[in-house]
Amino acid sequence: MYEGPVQDLIDELGRLPGVGPKSAQRIAFHLLGAEPADVTRLQEALQKVKEGVVFCDVCGNVSEESTCRICRDARRDPSAVCVVEEPKDVLAIERTREFKGRYHVLGGALDPLSGIGPEQLRIRQLLSRIGSQEITEVILAMDPNTEGEATATYLVRMLRDFPGLTVTRLASGLPMGGDLEFADELTLGRALSGRRTV
Amino acid sequence: MSLYRDTGVVLRVQKLGEADRIITLITRNHGKVRAVAKGVRRTTSRLGARVEPFAHVDVQFYTGRTLDVITQVQTIDAFGAGIVGDYQRYTSACAVLETADRMSAEEGEPVLRLYLLVGGALRALADGTRDPSLVLDAFLLRALAFAGWSPALSECARCGDPGPHRAFSIQAGGSVCPRCKPPGSASPTHEVLTLMAALADGTWAVAERATDAARREASGLVAALLQWHLERQLRSLPLVERRRP
Repeated sequence: MYEGPVQDLIDELGRLPGVGPKSAQRIAFHLLGAEPADVTRLQEALQKVKEGVVFCDVCGNVSEESTCRICRDARRDPSAVCVVEEPKDVLAIERTREFKGRYHVLGGALDPLSGIGPEQLRIRQLLSRIGSQEITEVILAMDPNTEGEATATYLVRMLRDFPGLTVTRLASGLPMGGDLEFADELTLGRALSGRRTV
Repeated sequence: MSLYRDTGVVLRVQKLGEADRIITLITRNHGKVRAVAKGVRRTTSRLGARVEPFAHVDVQFYTGRTLDVITQVQTIDAFGAGIVGDYQRYTSACAVLETADRMSAEEGEPVLRLYLLVGGALRALADGTRDPSLVLDAFLLRALAFAGWSPALSECARCGDPGPHRAFSIQAGGSVCPRCKPPGSASPTHEVLTLMAALADGTWAVAERATDAARREASGLVAALLQWHLERQLRSLPLVERRRP
């Protein structure tokens, strides 16, 4: 046990995800020896993230203003909306540079085992958004796991009644750079059923 | 190096670290097992798709210091594919998994009957031939029987006086005669008790003739019985979608 502030810092750092007691100690001593300007910058960044970051009124993504950068951008296609679980997923899709539309962040997936039902997600906001804006395509980009699939099923049922709306789901299949013989039967089955003519 | 192998149904998955998951399974011979599946959240994982909830799998474990580690998995039945395609089946199946998780409190204690019940319920839900709501209630009643909490349906729960009786008391453990009836007892119709008895012993022809009102009332009583005995609320039960297909 160290004295006072050093131990407090180690304890606080140790509560972060993926940081164990040894890493916490290493980070604490690094900060102790760092330039005061560096520590101040970190301090300001931490403060800003709690005070300055809000969730976008339109899509639910993390943002500095009431509407996020993507929703404000007039060059983005307003007719296509990609529905994702978490803000992290927006970044993952943005990195592909393939999608030019806008997003809708649900804030999770339907998971009755953790007590998360449709009311806990931003599904109502999605439906009112589709009802009021000129959206013609909704892309369901939930995680390819049980909860994600169930969420997609639920959304398909809710979106079925909107006239002229195309609902699509991200393709699922074999990862690039892998060997076919090592693919598991579920993924390979999905890849087969979703095959396309070339 | 100690390895063991068993078949089991995946009850729940929890994130661990960057790309791992803790998988809770109910197994045939080792009861409830919590084990780490390493790297399953990466898209390139070969285990990932096999250790999702509802999967019935053949697993090899490596005995670890605190948690065992999953080393190999082979799918026996992929119930998930039939279940997640329908929201009503999904919510019912989640309630099945949560009940099984709560009822097998001790890790490593064999619960063969519960394991077979879970497999049967998931198979019925994935097939989709029966009303998911009835399948769930049948599972819950049989799970209650497994735990020794079977409700008295044809005789008085307190004095054993042969019935049928009108009053039903959750606290007393089933239907009660007018003399033993505690205050605040429910008074379900005869049809509700017949439905519950049919679900408990698997007389589907009788169960499927029940009216919507009887099904709703029976579901309410079964849920109340279960939560009374488990002494806690199940998170998934209020989210179960109860509508007739």
